[in-house]
Amino acid sequence: MTRVTMTVNGKAVSGEVEGRTLLSQFLREGLGLTGTHIGCDTSQCGACVVHVNGQDVKSCTTFALECEGAEIRTIEGMANPDGSLSTIQQAFQDHHGLQCGFCTPGMVMTASALLAKSPTPSEAEIRHYLEGNICRCTGYHNIVKAILAASGQDVSHLGHGDAVAAE
Amino acid sequence: MPKDHGIGASSKRREDVRFLTGRGRYTDDINLQGQAHACFVRSQVAHGRLNGVNTDAAAGMPGVIRVFTAADFEGVGGLPCGWQVTDRHGAPMQEPGHPVLATGKVRHVGDPIALVVAETYDQARDAAEAVVVDIEELEPVLDMKAALADGAPKVHDDLTSNLCYDWGFVEENREAVNKAFETAHHVTTLDLVNQRLVPNAMEPRVAIGDYNFATDDSTLYTTSQNPHVIRLLMGAFVLGIPEHKLRVVAPDVGGGFGSKIFHYAEEAAVTFAAKQLRRPVKWTCTRSESFVTDAQGRDHVTKIELALDAEGHFQAIRTETYANMGAYLSTFAPSIPTWLHGTLMAGNYKTPLIYVNVKAVFTNTVPVDAYRGAGRPEATFQLERVIDKAAREIGMDPVELRRKNFITEFPYATPVAVEYDTGDYNATLDKLLEIADVAGFEARLAESKARGKLRGLGINCYIEACGIAPSHLVGQLGARAGLYESATVRVNATGGLVVMTGSHSHGQGHETSFAQVVADMIGIPENMIEIVHGDTANTPMGMGTYGSRSLAVGGSAMVKATNKIIAKARKIAAHLMEASPEDIELKDGRFTVAGTDKSVAWGDVTLAAYVPHNYPLDEIEPGLEETAFYDPNNFTYPAGAYACEVEVDPETGKVTVERFAAADDFGNIVNPMIVDGQVHGGIAQGIGQALLETTTYDEYGQLLSGSYMDYAMPRASDVPFYAVDHSCQTPCTHNPLGVKGCGEAGAIGSPPAVVNAVVDALQRAGMTHITHIDMPLTPSRVWAAMQG
Repeated sequence: MTRVTMTVNGKAVSGEVEGRTLLSQFLREGLGLTGTHIGCDTSQCGACVVHVNGQDVKSCTTFALECEGAEIRTIEGMANPDGSLSTIQQAFQDHHGLQCGFCTPGMVMTASALLAKSPTPSEAEIRHYLEGNICRCTGYHNIVKAILAASGQDVSHLGHGDAVAAE
Repeated sequence: MPKDHGIGASSKRREDVRFLTGRGRYTDDINLQGQAHACFVRSQVAHGRLNGVNTDAAAGMPGVIRVFTAADFEGVGGLPCGWQVTDRHGAPMQEPGHPVLATGKVRHVGDPIALVVAETYDQARDAAEAVVVDIEELEPVLDMKAALADGAPKVHDDLTSNLCYDWGFVEENREAVNKAFETAHHVTTLDLVNQRLVPNAMEPRVAIGDYNFATDDSTLYTTSQNPHVIRLLMGAFVLGIPEHKLRVVAPDVGGGFGSKIFHYAEEAAVTFAAKQLRRPVKWTCTRSESFVTDAQGRDHVTKIELALDAEGHFQAIRTETYANMGAYLSTFAPSIPTWLHGTLMAGNYKTPLIYVNVKAVFTNTVPVDAYRGAGRPEATFQLERVIDKAAREIGMDPVELRRKNFITEFPYATPVAVEYDTGDYNATLDKLLEIADVAGFEARLAESKARGKLRGLGINCYIEACGIAPSHLVGQLGARAGLYESATVRVNATGGLVVMTGSHSHGQGHETSFAQVVADMIGIPENMIEIVHGDTANTPMGMGTYGSRSLAVGGSAMVKATNKIIAKARKIAAHLMEASPEDIELKDGRFTVAGTDKSVAWGDVTLAAYVPHNYPLDEIEPGLEETAFYDPNNFTYPAGAYACEVEVDPETGKVTVERFAAADDFGNIVNPMIVDGQVHGGIAQGIGQALLETTTYDEYGQLLSGSYMDYAMPRASDVPFYAVDHSCQTPCTHNPLGVKGCGEAGAIGSPPAVVNAVVDALQRAGMTHITHIDMPLTPSRVWAAMQG
């Protein structure tokens, strides 16, 4: 067992891990941050995406020990300081960008990383960037729409059921 | 103006805040004090004689608490099948045993053989690899027709063959149907495969068993769509635990699509192990394990024939289907290719004579059961494909051929034993042509052509039977369960309500939409209502969520219970205002004496119910809590029309879905935003089936498509934005909300639209020899078809 120290959602944390302990395991089991989800074992589904030093990373394919000294941000650290939903989170709720919620943490973390790099992405750019995130519920329509909306783009033409005001 | 609350409003989902902040509570997020971890040893071969299991090495490994084998489960029952189908000669289906851990033989890759329990999951997994299994490999049976050949190896040695049943429906029509084909003006025949799919809810299954030796109570936390059903099946048939000593909790569940209806061996194994060890035992499925243990879907091989007269009227339909059951009968498996498939073969059309034959077959593959749509997508696909083919053969526009045969008068009794209560198929088709901008297709075709691409348009209709199901009817058909739903409405003294429902929400947003219904009925804000589900300890006996039944059946139970509440509250209000209950009106959360300005607020009445100082105690009891069960007297029949436009790359055969439109009639709508989302998700699953997904076993029965690297799930770049509409509404006539259900439509209506579109594109490009390509329409399949 080796001691690992990192900053998670602004708080310094440390713990004893095995060499094989994944970052996702350390977050979920070591720190009790169960918002990061495990949906597969081949690094395909993206439910486990977190930010490591600002970069979106699949925590199921990252060893905890690789993150020594790193700044980690998880879904639990995405809300505004007053606890209200951040812009991207609020857009997912406003546009029904989630159903069962299981892929959602990874979708939000991936989307926020995209918006940090590309503040007004095109539909094609969003769909391409979500290549590593699988959702079985939404058919992606409202996820893409939520990301467009979070970037300040007009989405009123994309379906009629999203909000009372849009009808 | 759209409503801003209550029925018909796109209320934002209250569930979302916890899911968006990482505060959901899924089963794997639960960790109990003193919990041990389980890992299963599974068969790595498809078929073999299990000669021995040596656990000595594993038992001595670090952290190992105990290794269970089949011998430990000798006093335990097998997994039950919930539906008995009777074959066309009147005999019951062949029903093999289904032990919790394999005994005597292993019958598919993934069949559980032993259960290792250790202090940590990693230790359990390490030790599982040290369990030595002695298996004498046997020749597997994989192909259904080969499985029925004389001398084929048997999956179950104690059965007479690999045939589960040979079902005919309606058997009495068989001769008349055959005769109609002999004299038909035109017959169109289509052979097709509705390929096996893996449901792939994003949350893998998890089960945690817990046992309290002081009270002799067992608890199972599990990823289930129907915790009460699991309690009944596991308690009564497998472990022999009476229901009052067994609690099943299904907390936040990350999608189901059918795969979490069924009672699985792992649930029984961890509950049993927890009692033996007097410690909680947790099992979390890996995705690789899901691929070889979650019940899979579809897997039909079908020949369909359609007989038409000279004017294009449908005269008769005859089908022969081989339906794969896999190695064991999963909980509802026998009902899917029969009662959820044969009864839908009329579709939206007046066809006087229909005969459906289904041969269900055991093979050395993962069991097959309900997957989103369950039988109805298989019926819709073959019917809508054969109609398209027939239209081409007789030279009629496929839309016109459908219209010509539409059922237009309701109620309509089909020749396959169901009665459609309402519908307007021309209305949804007209709406579809509008939202799909079919009029603009020619221009888009020209534009595609200019870029060197082929373009095609596919249109089809669908109908489904939802709101599952009238208990008296399904009982006659072989169901070993009732299919009612329940609700308890508990009003608190200060006026807030808790609604405890037997339905389960795993993405459908019931906590929001159910609250909208009750809020509307009483006239109070939605946030005064809490919806509780997923725990047998605090909800009434219910049958859970599948078959697009939650609002139609569960919602109806809730309406009944709320009406009982209102009736009692009206009596209390009448007493408080010294009026007659008949004169009391409830509006916007106030009780008023009709024609007067006398009124009391909802909260005054609820307080009086719990502080009954001034109260008609001689007439009614204190308190305000009511339970209702609702058993539907018919199915509901959502229907609609779907359109898909594809581009095909003539060089590679790659298909791109350019446009997709869906016009559905779901009857009344509670939350349009949620309904849109349900349809979107279904469409993506349908596009996935049509273009991407398939389940492939090699000749040894190894699952080749056993991970997300090999099984092509639809991703964001595989699908377009969808145009969906549900403004055509013919309310259901027999449930109080007039709702029909919307959960499965997208997955039912979309596969034929995609395939029709691809065939259309190839036909328009002159490849008239291509009348069908089996799903998934991968580039290689389309390219091969184009080569002739």
